[in-house]
Amino acid sequence: MSQSILDVQEVDVQLAGRKILDGVSFSVAPGQFTGLIGSNGAGKTTLLRVILGLQGATAGRVLLAGHPRSRRNPLVGYVPQKFLLDPDLPMRARDLVGLGLDAQRLGIPRPSRERRVLIEQMLEQVDAARFADARVGRLSGGEQQRVLIAHALISRPRLLLLDEPLANLDLRSASEVVTLLARITREQEIAVLISAHEINPLLGAMDSVVYMAGGRAASGATDEVVRADVLSELYGHHVDVLDVHGRILVIAGAGDTRDLAGHEGVFPHAPPS
Amino acid sequence: MVNAWIVASIVAVVAGVVGFFTVLRGSAFVAHAIPNGSFTGAAGASLLGASTLVGLGVFSLAGALGIGVLSRRGRHDVATALALVMMLALGALFLSLSEEYAPEVYSLLFGEVLGIAGNQIAPTAILGGVCILAVAVLYRPLMLSSILPEAGEARGISAARMEMCFLLVIALATTMTVPVVGTLLIFSLMIGAPAAARSLTDRPPLAMTLSVAIALLIVWIAIAASYQTDYPVGFFVGSASAASYALGRLWAGWRAGC
Amino acid sequence: MSATAAAVFAPGLFASEAVHIAAGVGALVAVVAGLVGVFTVTRGQSFAGEAFGDIGATGGSGAFLVSVGPLWGFIAGNLLAACAMELIGIQRPRGRDLATGIVLGAGIGLAALFLYLDTTYHNTTGAAVTILFGSVFAITHSTLPLIALLSAIVIVTVAVIYRPLLLSTVSAEMAAARGVPVRLVGALYLLALALATALAAITIGTILSTALLIGPAATAIRLTTRPLLAIVTAAAIGIAVMWAGIVLAYDSYEWPPAHHGWPVSFFVVTLVFVAYLLSGLPGLLERRRAAIAPPREPAPAAARAES
Repeated sequence: MSQSILDVQEVDVQLAGRKILDGVSFSVAPGQFTGLIGSNGAGKTTLLRVILGLQGATAGRVLLAGHPRSRRNPLVGYVPQKFLLDPDLPMRARDLVGLGLDAQRLGIPRPSRERRVLIEQMLEQVDAARFADARVGRLSGGEQQRVLIAHALISRPRLLLLDEPLANLDLRSASEVVTLLARITREQEIAVLISAHEINPLLGAMDSVVYMAGGRAASGATDEVVRADVLSELYGHHVDVLDVHGRILVIAGAGDTRDLAGHEGVFPHAPPS
Repeated sequence: MVNAWIVASIVAVVAGVVGFFTVLRGSAFVAHAIPNGSFTGAAGASLLGASTLVGLGVFSLAGALGIGVLSRRGRHDVATALALVMMLALGALFLSLSEEYAPEVYSLLFGEVLGIAGNQIAPTAILGGVCILAVAVLYRPLMLSSILPEAGEARGISAARMEMCFLLVIALATTMTVPVVGTLLIFSLMIGAPAAARSLTDRPPLAMTLSVAIALLIVWIAIAASYQTDYPVGFFVGSASAASYALGRLWAGWRAGC
Repeated sequence: MSATAAAVFAPGLFASEAVHIAAGVGALVAVVAGLVGVFTVTRGQSFAGEAFGDIGATGGSGAFLVSVGPLWGFIAGNLLAACAMELIGIQRPRGRDLATGIVLGAGIGLAALFLYLDTTYHNTTGAAVTILFGSVFAITHSTLPLIALLSAIVIVTVAVIYRPLLLSTVSAEMAAARGVPVRLVGALYLLALALATALAAITIGTILSTALLIGPAATAIRLTTRPLLAIVTAAAIGIAVMWAGIVLAYDSYEWPPAHHGWPVSFFVVTLVFVAYLLSGLPGLLERRRAAIAPPREPAPAAARAES
């Protein structure tokens, strides 16, 4: 059995007296496409930050390819959630992708054909070649995101983390991004952990899911986790799971709408019929 | 001597009130640049034999307008920096064209509060009153635009117009305070006291009151110390402002720790 | 043609040694300022850049007081101030300006004290004017090697941290995720800025120090989309305005009213200002054109949950 690329073991995070993460455990196998689903405040971003080493865990540990997390880990690529780039930045999309190759090295990059070819290939793969020379801060949100994905992937990570990449996209753009990600990562056996508060755009690409609520997590194959009994226990009150023409709908049960941590439930909206 | 206390107190009140918004809006640079640039007006006025106050007023206004217009097209801090150096360069020109200016430069830069004459109380008080009135009138739209600019826009409060109004208020505050504390240090009062107040409380009315109170304290300490030691008032204003900020941070850190 | 040349280049311009030094040092400082300035503008730290000019004056007047060379005062003061700003340690741009303002206020207060003591103990008047409005024509031969060395230190420092600095400027979060020590890189850059402005302030004056740091860089950033090209362009603009300013200042010795010349700083700053305004024209024209003919591509929809 191949070793997991990511092992999260009983991770707790406590901040200002509140438990943001509570005993979170799951694994991601090499090449596996995993969705990290949960509403706002469920702890997704905190979990990603712990995996990246940007946030310390008060208990538990994170292993990358069997080794404890160290500060500079080339195994992990990252696409952050909010990345409103300064529109005046004197930087082309191409330059930002190039920084993905060697941003942590000292000195000024020496232009080389090899470097240029790598960047060109990466831009092609994310379908960003046509705006490669545009000022990166002037690109649309979706275009910037593709550039950031290229920036993360060009250093050949084994695990790609994306924090809510679909949040501000319409459904068509969201599905385009998911298709793009699934294609590239499948080709290169890159594991993906992608957080979202809507599970449906990811259904076609996901191999497994980590479902979070109130700092706790349930993980496994999609049909094992996204079930009324599992999610009801996770949320701490009754939820129903409906299948509407292949799309999943999670609805709070009648009455109490607060989750385990006392937050008002924020469930995915039903698609208009 | 009494004159110094009265005028300085008026200055402190204005600095505390205007400074509250300065810190809220992150406009420390502007609060530094407009007074600095207004120095040129004083130099120009001296060249023409006109009133220093008028010169200060004209160039504070010019600075505020310049920054406001330039920052619509480009970065705000770049606009501030370039407007400032343009005014200072003009000031250098005026200084080079006039010979007898050197001794007054020091007092315009650093303030000469102990030498304030009785007839300066009235204009200072009037201008100060106008300043505070302006802030009172603009209070609610300015608060909203400063904290949630988009929400303000949705209600028809143009962020750009609020910024311009605020710049003009700073220009006015500058004009009346420079003869007292000098161009270089009025901004120190405008950010140290309010920043300290913000460390102590989150509620705006209380923060503004504390801001005024701390500013008054700073100014009184500075005058008393200057009177005793003969060292310039500006030195004590700058140090006390920094000290109050530091104390505020320490207090906030101590509160968060326990 | 030669009549025009004679009108622009006043007699004795190219022969004057003061002009040679001014042109050489001015060009060197313009290059350093352009390099550091591009990062200063993109990181939104123009206030810090300007503040270091004034704080340098504090250091200078302090050095004057203890009879040490003013250059060391400028450098020591700026480096200390940079450390203080880092210690206050706020990373958000608004908060950073506040920290700059506090340190600047304390620094200027100190300058007030030093200048007062200078006047009292050393019996010099006009020290304030000299330090704040220093002139490029006042540099001597002896300081040149030192200035060159310090410039080299700044350039090497920025060159070494170039890539991590660039990425952390684009996004601190992305840089941190790659293992870039974002705070350390930021602190090193701030120290380089402190040194560069000390250098500039002592050689060409505090006004020109800020002008050459911010103006050419802001102009270059509008004109190009590549980081290295922006740096080269900023340096080129800086050298051009510096030399043009020197020529004009030299010419102005004949102009009214006082026949002792207009200050170099006035000419250079005006040119910097005009260059920045001109670089905004293409954007202005494009906005006018876009307003007349609306864009063809729709903006990406932000609405979610469309079926």
